[in-house]
Order: sequence, then structure tokens, then C-alpha cells
Amino acid sequence: MIQQILFLIIAGGASFYAFRQFMAIRQTILLGQDEEISGDAAERWRNVLLIAFGQKKMFKRWIPAVFHLFIYVAFLFTQIELIEIFIDGAFGVHRFFADKIGGLYNLILNTIEVLSVLAFVATFIFLARRNLLKVPRLYSLNGWPKLDGNLILIFEVVLLVAIFTMNGTDVVLQGIDPDHYPDTGTLAVSSWLGPALFGGLGEGTLVVLERVGWWLHLGMVLLFLNYLPKSKHLHIMLAFPNTFFSRLKPRGEMENMPEIMNEVKGMMGLTEDTGEVNMEEELPDFGANDVTGLSWIDILGAYTCTECGRCTSECPANQTGKKLSPRKVMMDIRDRAEEVYTKIESGKEEYAANPEQPVSKDNFDDGKSLFDYITREEIHACTTCNACVEACPVLINPLEPILKMRRYEILTESAGPGDWLPMFNAIENSGAAWSMTIDREEWTKAE
Amino acid sequence: MNVKTMAQYAAEGKEPEILFWVGCAGSFDDRAQKVTRAFTEILNAAGIEFAILGNEEQCTGDPARRAGNEFLFQMTALQNIETLNMYKVQKIVTACPHCFNTLKNEYPALGGNYDLVHHTQLLQELIDDGRIKLTEGGTFKGKRITYHDSCYLGRINGVYEAPRATLESLDSQLVEMKRSKQNGLCCGAGGAQMWKEDEAGEKRINIERSEEAMATGASVIAVNCPFCLTMMSDGVKAKEKQDEVMVLDLSELVVQNLVR
Repeated sequence: MIQQILFLIIAGGASFYAFRQFMAIRQTILLGQDEEISGDAAERWRNVLLIAFGQKKMFKRWIPAVFHLFIYVAFLFTQIELIEIFIDGAFGVHRFFADKIGGLYNLILNTIEVLSVLAFVATFIFLARRNLLKVPRLYSLNGWPKLDGNLILIFEVVLLVAIFTMNGTDVVLQGIDPDHYPDTGTLAVSSWLGPALFGGLGEGTLVVLERVGWWLHLGMVLLFLNYLPKSKHLHIMLAFPNTFFSRLKPRGEMENMPEIMNEVKGMMGLTEDTGEVNMEEELPDFGANDVTGLSWIDILGAYTCTECGRCTSECPANQTGKKLSPRKVMMDIRDRAEEVYTKIESGKEEYAANPEQPVSKDNFDDGKSLFDYITREEIHACTTCNACVEACPVLINPLEPILKMRRYEILTESAGPGDWLPMFNAIENSGAAWSMTIDREEWTKAE
Repeated sequence: MNVKTMAQYAAEGKEPEILFWVGCAGSFDDRAQKVTRAFTEILNAAGIEFAILGNEEQCTGDPARRAGNEFLFQMTALQNIETLNMYKVQKIVTACPHCFNTLKNEYPALGGNYDLVHHTQLLQELIDDGRIKLTEGGTFKGKRITYHDSCYLGRINGVYEAPRATLESLDSQLVEMKRSKQNGLCCGAGGAQMWKEDEAGEKRINIERSEEAMATGASVIAVNCPFCLTMMSDGVKAKEKQDEVMVLDLSELVVQNLVR
């Protein structure tokens, strides 16, 4: 009875706290601008199935892909066991499904056991890749991102140890007290590992150890749930919406800016609109200098990013020593989005652009911008080659925010690399990307 | 050269099969002009009725748009669309993947809808349909040729096979670089980089890519883009290998082996 009450308090409290954190993330993502979700819904679902669920793009690098698959499938299957853990915890029963679903129970447990062993191996290989083999894209992380990556793997080890403690002691206890410990059938791992580790221990010790394993398992799951919102590991959830909402337009198409198109059409006499700008209206900001100028899909991408660094390892600018790193761009967007959200939530007057109105997404100015995170040098180094877009296993697009920041620089600030001015002038004055003295048909005259 | 403009066709009350979009590089850059002439020769040899816009053509706006100058992009793009629609252009071929991409993927949102084909795709078509014939045992027979995928034709528009098929019809030995097709490394010129100095770094991107291309032991680096052509040529020159390694556009390879 005490255990039941304790379970309800802990599970309920942890779930509630996690729920609040996830709601805050939702709000942070929605700081971004609306973006119309158009195109073929079937194609979107196909992306979810193939790329998020089926991990298709992971298999471009098959070694990490295989080990990642072990952990992923083990994680999915362990969720089934979690249903029983919640029923057992809430109703004070033990292995609720053991005598209710026949041979299926044994099959599920065995599947989880085998997958858990594979995940166990994979976890250690991943720890080694990060810390011993020093895979550059992983080892290059420092500070919290580095710790974050290792912590998740350590959590997984603890979780797996808990599962095998729980199952191993249970197997031994089935032989001692079959009334309380229903038969689970032979288990692939615990049926030999359990007796090997725990055989010969007293019944009291075994009962306690079984409870320790059970509570540790539950505890890790709840801890993980509350850790996720603070971690790069959110991709286990957000990969699904991110692949669904990923843009379906051709890769080579930069998002059109109808407000500018219509103005130019007006100027050229192509529409009824005279193109006269109402001078009393404040000119809108074009492009993005902050997360509120990006699309919510860009911020969703930032939260989906698990910092694997495939984008950066393929980026030609980064590979030749430039400061640009698409991974850093996405990480910066997340950090800045969190900062903006926290400041808005604080309600402090100092963050209001107009101090007479309460601080909000549309009335916000903390004297900083995304350019304090992502430097101009970084966005100027991009060749728009789309290698980062191609590399991302969960369809994040780091190019989109880079181009939106370039638009802000040129259109709103009239700044940007001076080298580009002659090109702009040439296009404007002579319709050619270079200022030329010969005409376009010159080449036809030679034999 | 035997080249007619759309205006000339219109004056005769005729319409060509296809418009050849030459692009700024193809019109003005000395090296890229050679590619333009080579491709024109091939079109003429195949007996294709084609036209250029000539002085009515403008920059598609790709570098302006990617630099962030949407205003300028819209101005030049809308002007081009006006011209193209006035001549009722339906089919366009271009030797520049940047023009190709902008015309194909970006003009529709502005009211310009055309059927786009890149010159490497047309070359393969002409060879496959027998509209042009290549000499048996031509200049490049058995030679090691490596092919550099431009980002805007390859990764961005998914054209990988047509250029390779063309190279194979030259009986050359195609050797792939380590990074090719979807994983091909940029030459460093895209995104309006062509018009600016590199940001500070350890190495220029074109040097990295040229080294990779030369490491295949190929005597020809085949390209499909005027910017790649400049970047790869500069990379080869920087390594003082211009006497051993040629950087050539696919149309230049084909024209050298054309049965006339």
C-alpha cells in the first residue's frame, strides 16, 4: 500500500513536471512565424515512416546506424514493458500480464531481453566513439553538449542494469515463491544470468533487490522524461513531427517573398498596384535577425537536433577551416529561443520594446539578437551547397535560417559583404552579374 | 556562328524548338564562352532549331537572391519572365546549373513556367537518339576522367546519371572521387561566393576539391557548370598541374569527338 501511494506521487509528480516542460517547449517553438503547411500529406507521412520510423537516412553511415538501431528498437519495445510497470505500480500487483496473455508474455519479455543486450553493447560502443575513439564530429563538442551526450548513454546503462536486476532476481524468486512470482517462462538472458548473479542469496535480499531493480527502472524512465526537455535527446520524440513538417518544395527553391514580389511588380507596372509605398507605415523587417523572425519549423528543427554533427562534417566551409558550422547554427537557434522564451515569461518590463505594453513575443527587445550567437562571418561562409540538408538524418534544414539572416542583413540593414556590391550594381544597371563592356551576343561573332 | 535570337525567329513568324539560355558566365567569361560555343556547335550539328535571347537575356538573379538581395532578384527575374512569356517560351536548355535551378524551381512562384533541361541531359539525349554521332576511339578513349558533380545540378536537382552516361559514351574510363553524387564536395563558388573573397579559414574549398579530383589520377576533370569550371581550373593551376590535368565542360569533351 505504501509502495502504491509512493508510486502515484512519484509517477504523477514527475509526469506533471515533464508535461509542463514540454508545454514550455511548445510555446518556445511557436515563437517562430507561422508557415503554411502545404503539399501532399501522403508524402509527409511517407517521410515520417521512412525517415523517422525507418531511419532511412541514418544508413548512409552504416556502422553508427546499426548500433543506433539496436538502441532505438530496444527503446520502442521497452515501452510495452512500461505499460505493465505502471499497472503494477498503481494497483499493487506483480507482473500483471504474466498469466493473462499466455505465450505472448514470454515472447515480449524475451524480445526485450535480447534487444536490451544489443542496446547494452551499442551504448558502450557509443561511449567509446565519443570518448576513446574520438570520432571528430562527436569529440569536438565541449561543455554541456559533451556532458549531455555522455549522460544519456550512462542513463541507458543504468536503465539496462535495472531491467536485468529486476528480471534476474524475479527468475530466482519464481523458484522460491511461485505464488507471488508468476512463471515468466524461460528468459533468454535472465534465466541464466539471474541464477548466476543472484542464486544463493536469501529470499529477503532477493525481494529487496527485485524492488530496487523495479524502482530504479521506473525512476530512470521518469528521470529521463524530465531530462529530455533540457537535452539534445529530444530527437526521440521530435524527429517524428520534424520529418512530417519538413518542407516539400524543391531543395533549390528559396522561399519566395510575395510582399517584395508584389512591390516590384507594382513598380514595373505589372499589376494594378502602383507600387507606391505608404511612407507613414513603418517598413517591415525582411529576413530574420532573431528567432521570432524565423519560421516555427526552423525552431522545431533546432529542438529536434541531436547534435550528431553529420551536417558540419559534410559542410565544405567547415571542412576547410571556416567558422561556419550548420550544427552550431541549429544549437544557437535553440539557445537563443530558450533565452527569448525565458525572458518573455519573466514578464520584466526591461524586456519590453514598448515599456507601456506588457512584454510579449511581439513586444520584445532585450538588446540582443541572433547575430550575437551566429556571427556574420559564419553566414557569409555558406555556399548554399545543401550538403548539410542532405546529411541530416531527421530532415532539419540549417540552410533556411542562414539565408533568412542574409536577407535581414541585406534588405533590412543594407549591410553585408562589400564584395557583393559590384555584383548587385551590375545586375541592377546592366542585367548581368558582372559589369561588362561587351554585349551578350559577342560570343556568337567569333568563328 | 550560326545562332539566331528569339527576336529573329519572331520576325520570321517562327518558333524554335528550344531556347538556349546562355547565362552571364556563358556570355561574358572567356573560358565559359568556349563552352557556349562548343555547345552551340553540337546543337547545330544535331540540326536543332534553337534560339538565344541575346541582349534581351538578363541575370536570372541566383547570386542576388542567395546573397539575400530579394529585391534585386525580383526585379531581374520578373523582367526575364516578361521576356520569356512574351516569346511564349516553353522549353529551355542551359549550360549553367544555377540558371537551371532558378528557372526551373524559382520562376514558377513568380509566374514563369518552363520545361527545363540542363545541357548535360540534352547531350545524353542527343547521343542516345543518334542525333549526334561520336567518333570511334576518339580523343578520350581509355583516358581516366573524373566527374565533378556541381551542387546545383547534383545534390539540389538530383541529376547524376546523364552526365556520367555521356562520359561513358566517349569510351573513357570514369573514375569517381571519394565524395561524389549526393556527397559531392562543393567547388566553393555557390551562394554568391563567386563574387566575394573567402571567409578566413585554413584552405580554399576549390583547392580541397581539386586535390581530391587530381588524387584520382585522372587527366581530365569533367564539369557541368561555369563556376565549377573556374574554381577547378584555378585549383589545378594553384598546384601547377595545368599541363597534366585538363578541366573541361562536358560539351567540350563531346564536341572534340563529334562526327561532322
